[in-house]
Amino acid sequence: MVTPVSPIAQPAAHDVKSQKVCRLDEVTRAWIKKNIESEIIIEAENLDFYYGKVQALRDVSMCIPIDGVTAVMGPSGCGKSTFLRTLNRMYELTPGAHAQGRVSFLGQDLLKADPAAIRHHIGMVFQRPNPFPKSIYENVAYGLRIEGVRRRSALSDSVEESLRHAGLWTEVKDRLRQSAFGLSGGQQQRLCVARAIAVRPKVLLMDEPCSSLDPKASARIEDLARELSDELTVIIVTHNLQQAARVSDNVAVFMAGGELAEFGTTRQVFDDPQDPRVADYLRGRFG
Amino acid sequence: MNNMLIEDRKGKHRKAKQVTAVAILGFLSSVSFLVLGAILYFLIRNGASAFSWEFLTEFPRRMMTEGGIFPAIIGSIYLTAGAVLVALPFALGAAIWLTEYSGGGWWVRAIRIGVNTLAGVPSIVFGLLGLALFVITFGFGVSILSGALTLAILILPIMIRSAEEALNAVPRSFREGALALGASRWHTVHTVVLPSALPGILTGTVLSLSRAMGETAPIMFTAVAYSMLRLPNSPMDKCMALPYHIFVMATESPSYGETRNLQFGAALMLLALVLVLNLFAIVWRTISRRRKAW
Amino acid sequence: MFLFLASVSLIALAFILYFILREAVPVFRGATIQELLGPKWRPTYEAAPRYGILPMIGGTLLVTIGSMALAIPLGLAAATFIAEMAPGWLKDIAKTALELLASIPSVVYGFFGLMILSPYIRDSLGLLTGQTALTASLLLAVMALPTIASLAEDALTAVPRSYREASAAMGATHWETTWRVTIPSAFSGLIGAVILGMGRSVGETMAVLMVAGNSPQLTFSFLKSIRTLTSGIALDIAETPSGTTHFHALFFMGVVLLVITLAMNWIAEWFRGRLAKGHLKR
Ligand SMILES: Nc1ncnc2c1ncn2[C@@H]1O[C@H](COP(=O)(O)OP(=O)(O)OP(=O)(O)O)[C@@H](O)[C@H]1O
Ligand SMILES: [Mg+2]
Repeated sequence: MVTPVSPIAQPAAHDVKSQKVCRLDEVTRAWIKKNIESEIIIEAENLDFYYGKVQALRDVSMCIPIDGVTAVMGPSGCGKSTFLRTLNRMYELTPGAHAQGRVSFLGQDLLKADPAAIRHHIGMVFQRPNPFPKSIYENVAYGLRIEGVRRRSALSDSVEESLRHAGLWTEVKDRLRQSAFGLSGGQQQRLCVARAIAVRPKVLLMDEPCSSLDPKASARIEDLARELSDELTVIIVTHNLQQAARVSDNVAVFMAGGELAEFGTTRQVFDDPQDPRVADYLRGRFG
Repeated sequence: MNNMLIEDRKGKHRKAKQVTAVAILGFLSSVSFLVLGAILYFLIRNGASAFSWEFLTEFPRRMMTEGGIFPAIIGSIYLTAGAVLVALPFALGAAIWLTEYSGGGWWVRAIRIGVNTLAGVPSIVFGLLGLALFVITFGFGVSILSGALTLAILILPIMIRSAEEALNAVPRSFREGALALGASRWHTVHTVVLPSALPGILTGTVLSLSRAMGETAPIMFTAVAYSMLRLPNSPMDKCMALPYHIFVMATESPSYGETRNLQFGAALMLLALVLVLNLFAIVWRTISRRRKAW
Repeated sequence: MFLFLASVSLIALAFILYFILREAVPVFRGATIQELLGPKWRPTYEAAPRYGILPMIGGTLLVTIGSMALAIPLGLAAATFIAEMAPGWLKDIAKTALELLASIPSVVYGFFGLMILSPYIRDSLGLLTGQTALTASLLLAVMALPTIASLAEDALTAVPRSYREASAAMGATHWETTWRVTIPSAFSGLIGAVILGMGRSVGETMAVLMVAGNSPQLTFSFLKSIRTLTSGIALDIAETPSGTTHFHALFFMGVVLLVITLAMNWIAEWFRGRLAKGHLKR
């Protein structure tokens, strides 16, 4: 088999001339479609997950398409966060947690790859904004710095670009050197988005990114998720059905016990759920 | 499939850094613990042979070149017990006021700062205070009383802090439950809060006991005698004390070589006492924390 | 009633200040401030007594610097390892061990220094006596280590989990997270831990008294015998009649010592408080 040359392995991330964060993703995308022969970026097969002896995900299989926003929904405690944390191996920070099965990312088994490298390609935004206690600038530059980028111009170009993409540039451009803690909650969350996309991930995971924000700030994050989905794959956990309906193209609904009850396009799942439990869940929420 | 796909730039270099950092830090930490372990090892190896029933129960003989450390042990017990008995009611009162009555405010802040400051005062300064206040001004002379009072002030901040911590660990709901039944504040404190906090308070007391046991500088010129051939018979008497005994034997002993064994024995004895008390307190604290299901 | 009990630590503090000052101030009847800060300490030389405490201040400074040069790197390394890298069971053991080590009485350390460390230093460096500033520094370093390590460990552990998660989610290795996020976030607390440890070294009496040799000479050599403020007081006060200038000069040394240690204490608490409030900027 001829090993295709991966465009991802090229140092694309710091090509500051490209205006859009992931312009090169077009290339990546084409490459993936051609070589992996699918439009699937992440595929879980028979994924089981345990916290010690407690099972949190049960035999989950699904394919997440490369385009658009995928929403993950379900009642509290059904394993949504767990699922998300499996995709970037963040569960490894929890002692005793382990996953079984196969999750392929761009055709490679993610559970067997190097977690640091995986997290490089799959970024994450958390439930509560968690900027570092550093300046706004340093927050966004963090990912590049750990990659070893030192050039001032490369750093500040990338910071500007990421902040622009996160819709935060005009608000913070005069206070880049000030502490990130001086920002409002919504701004902090957008800063976290900027920080995550600065290293040009292929996928952005968002775990209830709006749950600690007021409606207006939430709306901005929603818009942001939509915009970003042009350039990367967005997977967003939400409790808010309206939000899911507005933002997502596809929906995965988990049920208690960590079972994947339904997966399909948003329209399909909302209009005509196949699983009666999902129907109840959606009715309960809408009604 | 293509394994290069999700390879990271500079991944190898960064992994190497990670491994190196863990190795260096792990090495430095083990050095720290090894050094401290070596100290224990030397003391035990040289001191263990001195231990015998006579060593613990006899008076020193022939200018401290033979015999035991009995009066030093007894003197230390008098001093530390006295210190804890004096400090306990004050510490408990202070902690109760801080947690149950004060309700915040600048007075509380002042007291907190006072406690922290007192904890930072070097032990020799307590010795100076004891000398100027108890020995000279109050005229207690060099006596068990002066020494115990000096040590009491020294352990006061430790006791206040640990008692406060123990009281704070009692959940608010316990208090509210009792107050809602119409109990008075004081009634609530002494029937509900204090019993729940008791293990924590006792742990703190044991820790302060061990601290007082090991202190030398505060009693050096307030309480101790170089050598006594009888036990003290009143609080106004001088006494011998284990830490001071170790000090004088090591620095002023007339026949250095012959008493080496006794000296190591005495040092080991003090170390064992302090470590056992501490270990006891730590284990007890761990158990009572685990048992509490609130 | 309770308020009185609560204030007893403030009262004790006031007593300390009052009585130490009361015994220290009369020193000015026998010596001027220039003489007190002078380089010669010769209080019992009756023809021309000198009460300069500079040698003791210098000695304190020397052994503190010496001990910190060793204790800070080792203590911080141990704290980082325990807080960030050690597995859970090792962490529990190490924390208990640190607490036990911090509880060892200073006279026991001093005894070890006198009986084992100082002969070793004498023999291995070919000195006349092993009772040197170096010996005292090594001993003080070992004594300050548990304090620094355990306070620094607390500061590192107090860094919110969310910072670490954010960094890990960016693809940082564990060490990169520690170095670039955890340590800078805990910086105030680490400084506080170091200063508190330093304060302990400055105030330590018995260990220094037993191993530093106690010559009141102003020197910057680690291989010479020195006397510190603490050991200077402990050494003389029992044999000095109260009311003499010598006696008051010893209390004056106590005042200097108190001022230095309390200042360090306050600075340390300020840094640690800053950490607690999360006023972190960088
Ligand atoms: N660290 C942990 N240790 C043990 N069990 C855990 C841990 N984290 C989560 N769980 C359990 O795993 C299950 C799934 O949790 P998860 O956090 O993934 O749910 P969720 O769907 O994100 O819920 P929510 O909507 O409340 O955020 C729950 O039953 C939870 O109790
Ligand atoms: Mg969740």
